[in-house]
Amino acid sequence: MATQGAILKSKEEIKERLSKPEVVSGSEILLRSLVLEDVECVFGYPGGAVLYIYDAMHGFSDFHHVLTRHEQGAIHAADGYARASGKVGVCIATSGPGATNLVTGIATAYMDSVPLVVITGNVMSTLIGSDAFQEADITGITLPITKHSYLVRDVEDLPRVIHEAFHIANTGRKGPVLIDIPKDVSAAKTLFKPVNDVNIRGYNPTVSPNKLQVDKMIKAIEQSERPIILAGGGVVYSGAHDELCEFVKKSEIPITTTLLGLGGFPSAEELWLGMPGMHGTYTANKSIQSADLLICIGARFDDRVTGKLSGFAPKAKIVHIDIDPAEIGKNVPTDIPIVGDVKTVLQQANKLVKRADKADAWRAQIQESKAQYPYSYEDSDKELKPQWVVELLHESTNGDAIVTTDVGQHQMWAAQYYKFNKPRSWVTSGGLGTMGFGFPSAIGAQMANPDRVVVSINGDGGMQMCAQELAICAIDNIPVKVAIINNQVLGMVRQWQELIHGNRYSYIDLAGSPDFVKLAEAYGVKGFRATNKEEARAAWEEALRHPGPAVVEFVVRKEENVYPMVAQGSPIDEMIMGDAK
Amino acid sequence: MMKHTLAVIVNDQPGVLQRVSGLFGRRGFNIESITVGTSEEPGLSRMVIVTTGDNHTLEQVTKQLYKLIDVIKVVDLSANPMVGRELALIKVNAEPSMRPEILGVVETFRAAIVDIGTSSLMVQVVGDTEKIDAMIELLKPYGIRELSRTGVTAMVRGNVK
Repeated sequence: MATQGAILKSKEEIKERLSKPEVVSGSEILLRSLVLEDVECVFGYPGGAVLYIYDAMHGFSDFHHVLTRHEQGAIHAADGYARASGKVGVCIATSGPGATNLVTGIATAYMDSVPLVVITGNVMSTLIGSDAFQEADITGITLPITKHSYLVRDVEDLPRVIHEAFHIANTGRKGPVLIDIPKDVSAAKTLFKPVNDVNIRGYNPTVSPNKLQVDKMIKAIEQSERPIILAGGGVVYSGAHDELCEFVKKSEIPITTTLLGLGGFPSAEELWLGMPGMHGTYTANKSIQSADLLICIGARFDDRVTGKLSGFAPKAKIVHIDIDPAEIGKNVPTDIPIVGDVKTVLQQANKLVKRADKADAWRAQIQESKAQYPYSYEDSDKELKPQWVVELLHESTNGDAIVTTDVGQHQMWAAQYYKFNKPRSWVTSGGLGTMGFGFPSAIGAQMANPDRVVVSINGDGGMQMCAQELAICAIDNIPVKVAIINNQVLGMVRQWQELIHGNRYSYIDLAGSPDFVKLAEAYGVKGFRATNKEEARAAWEEALRHPGPAVVEFVVRKEENVYPMVAQGSPIDEMIMGDAK
Repeated sequence: MMKHTLAVIVNDQPGVLQRVSGLFGRRGFNIESITVGTSEEPGLSRMVIVTTGDNHTLEQVTKQLYKLIDVIKVVDLSANPMVGRELALIKVNAEPSMRPEILGVVETFRAAIVDIGTSSLMVQVVGDTEKIDAMIELLKPYGIRELSRTGVTAMVRGNVK
């Protein structure tokens, strides 16, 4: 604790030193402002338009800068950092191609409401609009995928803009905010005075709910015979997991958590039904369809959750709790809308909520279904099964790791078979479904949590979309444990082509992929390969024991499918069960 | 499909028109017309947007607009008694022999001739959308060379602000 105290003190000293009014450059203002916003780590890549900013960073030690090998790696790492810590993720890129390489990452964060401050350089103000070298209208390009954006034309505005950007990114419904800084603005000098207050007239998120609506929900719970909770990422983002636990404990309402909501409620609890939707559990989907009351908490009725919208929860009265009023009624007509911060809403509700007494038969029925229809797969002693691999990762880390994934089959198996008990332990691109996200986001998650085990689960496809970041794991000794579940194909596409397109396999063969062990070693990262259970256990144990980063390739067959599966456009109770009869 | 007239009060910032129109575009909301100008308060602009859609669409439009940081206020003007006006300039073929007849139409509509060419007249007409539509219909037989409409600007009647 003494060390902690010393760190805190030195932090305050740094802040005090940096707050002193002084004539400095826009670049220096940026760096000082970031420190004053409690930024400890930024991910970035230099270039012509951010030369002044990187010049100011030379010898600057008040935050850590990670030099990724691609701007896309930088923004996914910043995203993983934000999701795993609850703090704002920060990344920096140059103008033009540097900025456009961030676009996928910005969209990823926007879709999943992740707070980022994205800093881009731009060409000099006098050149803007002239198609100058490495010029791109990045504020224009990212308009539909940012919560807000700024093009700073006057260095005087910079302190206010940065402070506003952090405020906007991390309040209300969180999201990415872009600050575009022309080169001359980062060079210009002015008197820096820190800005500590925000006054944005058009931005006042509703935090406290309307009490009448909360009362209506309480009443609906009392009357309900078949209630269910659908909890999403909003629970994690507002830090409401304790409040949610209390709410469930008091009401004894069965609960399902969406892909982004995993970890928002302990999976060991009896009332937890698993994930709903396209690859959700039989029990979660069936229960939603027969519920008479559905309480949606911080989720947005994504089409992968609802399936055919008109057939979703047909018998249920819908309560929708969300910080974003635009989500209420957007997809599903809502009977009781509650606009507010999930944590605040649940705190109020917990003062009033009582056990749903009429729902005993419902609970019994659900427990029976849960016992009868768990996720299941046909295991094999001859070959590795991807589901078994995820179970191995789960057991060996006591369910306590931070898990990041890429997108595809392995993502769904990870969601199904890794049982989360803590929030902010699960980092996955849900809304945008971004391949290439899994590995760099793990780097960010590890930077934010140096003391936790971070496991990054990837497919052989997605791993190749950002594999270059192995370099920074090696150089900065970032001890991410990378699992590659290699089925030699684009598995999820293969699955759809098999089931929906009548076995017409079109361009899914990933033959020609590198030897992942050699690839890891080429970067100076330890590499392992496993083709059976014994090898898998041994390799994984050794990877975990190894103090640095490690890559373990698990070779599995290509024919394995993710089940249950709801075909796109079907109601969610029409599930293809596959192996799980 | 109902026609709605919205007043959107926004910060007078570069790019704000793009933010608002871009939002309509990507969410699939229709814009029939859009006008922008200064408002009674320095630093704020007033947009008047005519859009079509059912009540669900209108609710989504309004909520999505409020999510833009530069949007201060959204008012559905057409939910109240409202004055909506637009202006049109119409350049119509008008050989000297035809002019008295055209002038008759213009006077009836309390419109004005604002420019005269050797074989044309420029007519300025102010009114609600229906009036301007009617004026255009009546001038069509003479041959409309060029037409420019401002789109609707509007306000709620009475003392309410």
